Amino acid sequence: MSEIFIIPLMAVGAALMLLAGVGILRMPDLFTRMHVATKSATLGVGCILVAVAIYFGDIGVFTRALLVIIFFFLTAPVGAHLLGRAGYIVGTPLWEGTKWDELKGKYDHANNTLESPESLKTREPRSDSPHARETD
Amino acid sequence: MMIETDLSSSMEITVNIMLLVLIVSLFLAFIRLFRGPSLPDRVVALDLIAAIVVAIFAVYSIVVDQPVFIDAAIVLALIIFLGTVAFARYTERRGRP
Repeated sequence: MSEIFIIPLMAVGAALMLLAGVGILRMPDLFTRMHVATKSATLGVGCILVAVAIYFGDIGVFTRALLVIIFFFLTAPVGAHLLGRAGYIVGTPLWEGTKWDELKGKYDHANNTLESPESLKTREPRSDSPHARETD
Repeated sequence: MMIETDLSSSMEITVNIMLLVLIVSLFLAFIRLFRGPSLPDRVVALDLIAAIVVAIFAVYSIVVDQPVFIDAAIVLALIIFLGTVAFARYTERRGRP
């Protein structure tokens, strides 16, 4: 009986989705919200789609469900990274209990560059930086 | 109130509970979409809502025994990703949260 696999998979998937919903409501700032929403929602959708693929037991449905899973696993990190980057750059406030902000003071808003220890050593004058704002 | 299906009784109970849990989760994400103090918060909530709706499509395709709903899930996942990327670019260019 395939229900032995379907029911636990769907239960785990729905529990992860509920976790994502509770987390996005309860977490204190943008980055923790993004953390909980992206990861657990991706895994929850994956579990539920695997359960659906097992339920239908058809090669066409299996391929389509696999396509959705691969697509979610590829795009969720990319979207979260882009959104987190944009949120940090425009200065979304961090939670007051934040211990580490490793980018603090290292991001140059004028010409969109990040200072690392290497670029501090071999730093060119900023005025003739090749990508001064026009890459935006 | 249970949805009437042709499934076996254990699957029917499971599917109903799953839909209930997913709708509660959708409601929580909607509260964040409504309240969210900044634009990126709302975009994260929209992203989560899209994921939940894809899951609801998947469960509903079991309820009505129609695998066609998986195709709708593919299209929704594609479109929402493009929306998230566009919102991220727009937020970055606008320059304030």
